[in-house]
Amino acid sequence: MTKNCNNDHKMKFSLEEEFPDLSLHNNHMAKVLTKDIYSKLRPKSTPSGFTLDDCIQTGVDNPGHPFIMTVGCVAGDEESYEVFKELFDPIISDRHGGYKPTDKHVTDLNFENLKGGDDLDPNYVLSSRVRTGRSIKGITLPPHNSRGERRTVEKLSIEALNSLDGEFKGKYYPLKDMTDKEQELLIADHFLFDKPVSPLLLAAGMARDWPDGRGIWHNDNKTFLVWVNEEDHLRVISMQQGGNMKEVFKRFCTGLQKIEDVFKKHNHGFMWNEHLGFVLTCPSNLGTGLRGGVHVKLPKLSTHAKFEEILTRLRLQKRGTGGVDTASVGGVFDISNADRLGSSEVAQVQLVVDGVKLMVEMEKKLEKGESIDGMIPAQK
Amino acid sequence: MAGSFARVLSSKRKVGILSLVGAGSLTVGFFMNREQHVSAGAHVRRIYPPSAEYPDLRKHNNCMASHLTPAIYAKLVHKSTPNGYTLDEAIQTGVDNPGHPFIKTVGMVAGDEESYEVFADIFNPIIKERHNGYDPCNMKHPTDLDSSKIRGGLFDEKYVLSSRVRTGRSIRGLSLPPACTRAERREVERVVIDALGGLRGDLTGKYFSLTQLTDQEQQQLIDDHFLFDKPVSPLLTCSGMARDWPDARGIWHNNEKTFLVWINEEDHTRVISMEKGGNMKRVFERFCRGLQEVERLIQEKGWEFMWNERLGYILTCPSNLGTGLRAGVHVSLPRLCKDPRFAKILDNLRLQKRGTGGVDTAAVGNTFDISNLDRLGQSEVQLVQTVIDGVAYLIECEKRLEKGQDIKIPAPISQFK
Repeated sequence: MTKNCNNDHKMKFSLEEEFPDLSLHNNHMAKVLTKDIYSKLRPKSTPSGFTLDDCIQTGVDNPGHPFIMTVGCVAGDEESYEVFKELFDPIISDRHGGYKPTDKHVTDLNFENLKGGDDLDPNYVLSSRVRTGRSIKGITLPPHNSRGERRTVEKLSIEALNSLDGEFKGKYYPLKDMTDKEQELLIADHFLFDKPVSPLLLAAGMARDWPDGRGIWHNDNKTFLVWVNEEDHLRVISMQQGGNMKEVFKRFCTGLQKIEDVFKKHNHGFMWNEHLGFVLTCPSNLGTGLRGGVHVKLPKLSTHAKFEEILTRLRLQKRGTGGVDTASVGGVFDISNADRLGSSEVAQVQLVVDGVKLMVEMEKKLEKGESIDGMIPAQK
Repeated sequence: MAGSFARVLSSKRKVGILSLVGAGSLTVGFFMNREQHVSAGAHVRRIYPPSAEYPDLRKHNNCMASHLTPAIYAKLVHKSTPNGYTLDEAIQTGVDNPGHPFIKTVGMVAGDEESYEVFADIFNPIIKERHNGYDPCNMKHPTDLDSSKIRGGLFDEKYVLSSRVRTGRSIRGLSLPPACTRAERREVERVVIDALGGLRGDLTGKYFSLTQLTDQEQQQLIDDHFLFDKPVSPLLTCSGMARDWPDARGIWHNNEKTFLVWINEEDHTRVISMEKGGNMKRVFERFCRGLQEVERLIQEKGWEFMWNERLGYILTCPSNLGTGLRAGVHVSLPRLCKDPRFAKILDNLRLQKRGTGGVDTAAVGNTFDISNLDRLGQSEVQLVQTVIDGVAYLIECEKRLEKGQDIKIPAPISQFK
């Protein structure tokens, strides 16, 4: 429903009266938002009625952490990134390593371009996973969408996913009609997603009407999983035990292509443009929206003085095995690509494959009591 | 207090105010986008029919879900108040919080004064259900803050540990917490602390802005049990009341710590009069005096409280309409509370019990928070008298049980006087 009327009401108040107090804030939005930008953008709204205040509410409500830099704003629709360019461009630049408004993003989902990746030592690499998000063109995003729109996303997604066959044949489990038994199994498989509790997401309005229109689809083999209407229209995940990232990535690319073909047939392609790549709710996921990673045992390397530096040079990041913001358990880390925008899917997964392979070799050296100084890589 | 929505315009107010002619629903048609700021080829968002947007309320148990039929939804969904507040926004909290099988929550809020008019078709049945039959369509709400009419109200401190009266007030012309802009919220703060600064005598006090609390001030407010936190209840957060926290939120209290005002929490203001012991009469006297003085002070500057004769004082949650008043005591009833007739006695006296931590807490030991059940349809004086008479009866029962005498369930008192 349009909010233009509400924005008109807001425009009666002066810039000074409306400008948020960001004095205690530490997120990308707070660093970028000046009174000039606010003044310029506050009269505007996207065709669906999303306004500047809607974009930044999550960043106003969540000042951030002194050490972790959150983004602090979201898009409500594809047009947000255009209408509120003056806000998003500098944030995108800060978050994505200096990415310029004139830069072009390359999409490469041709799995054959990935070199290697099928020989990561399963004694160290316990599991491999690639995830991304997709937004359906013509429908507003989770912070803004109405129940009708969200249900349409679900309907279209179910149709597309049910048309898949072969290794992709699977089933959809809507969150609101789930039986206890189904729920237990999905939890045991680590597939079930919960209603968001993070204030970062709640303040952006993404949990409205839960669990209406939300669900989980997975193939019978449990190696290809799609979340519908969680933080993005779709989150697509390919995963399996062991270290065969090549296979995981192949399934990922193949499955995504099949899904996209079905959506396109119904005139609902994915949101994409040559500057921002795939358009998603959070600016941090623009570009590929891809996080490719492994759970890998690195008890010795992770305590080495140069661990952080090695990760940085390899353009990788570490997380605990519970996901973002968790600690590692038993020396097992979630290692994944740090970049999203400005490099392709193939390139990002290549970094993971090469980087993890190197780190496993380093771990083995350290086990033997040998030095790894000669192996420290140059900045990628 | 004006009965229509014509608002008082003051030259001192910077905010432009719409004046509305007549009552009744304001129908706003579809808004075509006026500003195309996007590149060519972008299309207007598709509007879905009401049936596609109607929420799934099958697992819900709140007043909104009980009364929001698809027909009412279809009638109201494309309307908005002059400030742009919509039905979907008003019901969001009820959609997101299905409720508890045993506690029936309200499930919707007002974003501004006009919400109660524009969305009357859904608010009226909710109000009737929540307020035990008060019908906004044909009844009038009495307001009476003349505390001299109170009889009794001095309780034995062996039983009554503390006494408290609270209500809320909204500033006419400014949107309510679910919908207010930062500017409006800051204006509420300015208007109210300006008025509170004019209080004298035993009401002289000080304002503590939540954005500027020193550690020491914060600790003092916690020790006094005055500090309110950022809401965590999803009932509140889902309606948008916690936006921009802690901007323009604060606590004012008098130096004696017996008169307290919360600013921009769940309502524009929450006003509380309290003290240790059983002198409810004095608590209410101070309550009325403080409220009337604050009202006089804001009126000097051209402001007034939201009020009308149909709904009394207008507050965010329909459950607080009318008087918005909860008058209560913390009372020790070790024998009575174990008597199986306790609940029925309370019921007939039109009282409710809560734990001493407030709503939804359990009682600690044998001490209960006992307060009035009703808010709308009776005046402040009537409700406080009900509490006073009721608590007196409860203490009588306790005393009788102490002496081994039997007690009687009182006849139910009438609701609308």
